[in-house]
Amino acid sequence: MSDAFEYALEVINLRKAFGGLTVTNDVSVKVRPGERRLIIGPNGAGKTTLFNQISGDLRPNSGLIRFFGADITHLLPYRRAHCGISRTYQIITLFAADTLEHNVSLGLLGLKRSRWQMWRPMSFYPDIRSEARRALDSVGLLHLAERPISDIAYGERRRAELAVALAQKPRLVLLDEPLAGLSNTERSTVKSLIASISRDTTVIMIEHDMDTALDLAETVTLLNYGRVIVDGKRDAVIADERTREVYLGT
Amino acid sequence: MKWLGAALLGGSLLLPPLFAGDFYVNLASQILIAAIFSLSLNLLVGFGGMTSLGHASYLGVSAYISALLTTRYGFGHGAAAFISITGTVAVASFFGMIALRASGLGFLMITLALSQVLWGLAYRMSNVTNGDNGITGLTRPSPFGLSLDSPAAFYWFVLIVATVAFLMMTIFVSSAFGSSLKGVRDQPRRMAALGFNPSLIRWITFVYAGFWAAISGLLYVYYHKYIHPTSLSITSSAEALLGVIAGGAGTLGGPAVGAALVLLLKNYVSAYIERWNMLLGLVFLFIVLVMPAGIVPGFSKLMTTLRGEPR
Amino acid sequence: MQFWIIQGLNSLSLGALLFLLSSGFSLIFGLMRLANLTHGAFFMLGTYFAATALRSFDWLNIWVMALVAGVAVAALGGIFERLVLTRLKANPLGQVLVTLGMSFIISDACLILWGGDSIPVPTPRGLQAPTRLFGFVFPTYRLVLVALAIAAAIILYFLLERTRLGAMIRAGVDDRQMARAIGIPVSNLFTTVFCLGAGIAGAAGVLGGPILSAYPGLDADMLPLALIVVILGGIGSLLGAFVGSFVIGIIYTFGTALFPELAYIILFLPMIFVLAFRPQGLFGRVSA
Repeated sequence: MSDAFEYALEVINLRKAFGGLTVTNDVSVKVRPGERRLIIGPNGAGKTTLFNQISGDLRPNSGLIRFFGADITHLLPYRRAHCGISRTYQIITLFAADTLEHNVSLGLLGLKRSRWQMWRPMSFYPDIRSEARRALDSVGLLHLAERPISDIAYGERRRAELAVALAQKPRLVLLDEPLAGLSNTERSTVKSLIASISRDTTVIMIEHDMDTALDLAETVTLLNYGRVIVDGKRDAVIADERTREVYLGT
Repeated sequence: MKWLGAALLGGSLLLPPLFAGDFYVNLASQILIAAIFSLSLNLLVGFGGMTSLGHASYLGVSAYISALLTTRYGFGHGAAAFISITGTVAVASFFGMIALRASGLGFLMITLALSQVLWGLAYRMSNVTNGDNGITGLTRPSPFGLSLDSPAAFYWFVLIVATVAFLMMTIFVSSAFGSSLKGVRDQPRRMAALGFNPSLIRWITFVYAGFWAAISGLLYVYYHKYIHPTSLSITSSAEALLGVIAGGAGTLGGPAVGAALVLLLKNYVSAYIERWNMLLGLVFLFIVLVMPAGIVPGFSKLMTTLRGEPR
Repeated sequence: MQFWIIQGLNSLSLGALLFLLSSGFSLIFGLMRLANLTHGAFFMLGTYFAATALRSFDWLNIWVMALVAGVAVAALGGIFERLVLTRLKANPLGQVLVTLGMSFIISDACLILWGGDSIPVPTPRGLQAPTRLFGFVFPTYRLVLVALAIAAAIILYFLLERTRLGAMIRAGVDDRQMARAIGIPVSNLFTTVFCLGAGIAGAAGVLGGPILSAYPGLDADMLPLALIVVILGGIGSLLGAFVGSFVIGIIYTFGTALFPELAYIILFLPMIFVLAFRPQGLFGRVSA
């Protein structure tokens, strides 16, 4: 079905301003289905704000966002999840007091009809449990399923966050600095996890750690001061003079 | 260990009519009614993260509708109860839609304003509500022909309703929906990103809390056989809120314990001190400054420490 | 016609009092994110002070009384803020509960000290004679109140827009973290604003005395009106408090005069409308 669409996500002339400060300035990005896109840029370039507008947490002032051809610019965040958009956050937002399995199960519940059930606890749904365990297994965390998040190491929490985002088999996943704060070993584990995401899922990633992230990217978009500076295949963007200017220049 | 405690508690609830005098049995009934009211508020405050200062609205509306229908329009108790509950749920649905346009303190202010408006109406519309005189001469229902006029009989009735209320509310918060409610309380943005509809989840909870407040309102008016605008006042809402917080918001049984304490305090203290409101205010200050998490969490923490378990 | 004039002026004078009451409330909420439920009680304290002082001491001037009461209530507010509210910085719910508790304490204290009867406050002698304008008769004191509210609005506007203190307050309202980060002494600012708000409320209570009288429950009557004004006008907005106060003053006065039993319903209809279409209130900068 998604082959029928040329682009999984189209951001067209998006603009977002807070008072006098324009954070997203006429941004246009087109991402094909299955693509691996990396969004880079210095601090304050407007990367997370862009994500927030794609996921629906922020309303743009003007512009258009299309998801597999459908206009989602003004769609509420929870509806976007039902369309197949999923995301992770810079700050981990898992429920610390609950077990890993509970967290993943809750993530799965979001798209199921049983989320309106007011009689039976979530643990009574064997299909949700097995799906959750399978998701944990795919990120190598099954052995920690019964542990509360607060007892789990930071690197493992990042993986858990990824597991929750991917458990719903989204068509698009937005990863906001998935490698932040990780040690070297943890970083390579998460990296290989991201690399192994199925091609049915389009991946857009924000990352600061360019060395690691660039390996995962096919295409790169460079943002600065809310504008798209360079956009294209990875090697071309790296070689581009403007990229060097943004990071090394004045 | 937990089951033994629960069994002991359950057992003790059966004792009052068997061993205590009328005064204490009546007190026990009042405690159970206050407990249901506080537990319903806890759905909002503890599990939903929505602090309301207008919950007494639903207790009052339900009580007034029942009182008016039975005295003025000659309705039977069954029909009156049904209309009271549906009417109150309708009010809760409407108020919920308005109040949930805001969150946090805005929500609190709106619930307070709405509740004060109802209170003002109860005072002003004296040809309907009898204003400051309240409505007297009410009767208790006779389910299946059994009279509830004796303290013991009424107590058993309330105990049954309270048990059902407690069980149903517990099932509600432990259910899949309950998990989503707690999730929305803690991380609404994330829950939305996962596909949950936070506004609808909050509204449903608001209405359900109103439903149980309506039930407690019926029990309240049956017990007192009298209703007065004070039942809708901010003091009434504040007492329930104090019960929830003192007992432990977000715990299953805490608010019931808190409600009991507030009621006992009120009963014993008003024999010695005339100014209950002032004492209530001081208790608020004390609880918030000294024991913000409430009694039940404090107690369970104590038990964990005594048992030597790691936290 | 005289009826409409009288009610119109009553609306405006109520609006004036509401502005004085709700401007403080709105500032406190805007800056400290605190719904100060004690605000009605602060107002009532002022009214009771006026009732006692002005009846006992003939020579006392209502304007002086307003100033004195304002300072006294501001001091009380300051003590409360420093001793209690600062301890609860991480507990916004707790803050609301203690302000509620404090309002209960103050209102019961008033009941103990002054009893249950309503105590009228004398209108200042110089303003007792009615004013004749365009062939109509206006109660002078009410006219003065409206003028005072406008004056207060202008003073507050200048305070907020043209002074350094005001700039700090506005910065704190817009972004508290940032304000702290650039060195604004947020904690002292909180105390100052709380005292300012409480003081204005106390002074307003004195000024409202001749119209409202001091009675138990005055706080419970005024607080929801202030709440509705702020919800309607928008939190943290002085203009919103100004417009909202007069709108509510008009609705409440005419509502009570024309449909006494339904006055409360008429009151909250505009609130519902505004909330349905603009949840941040008419002029709100901060969402509730």
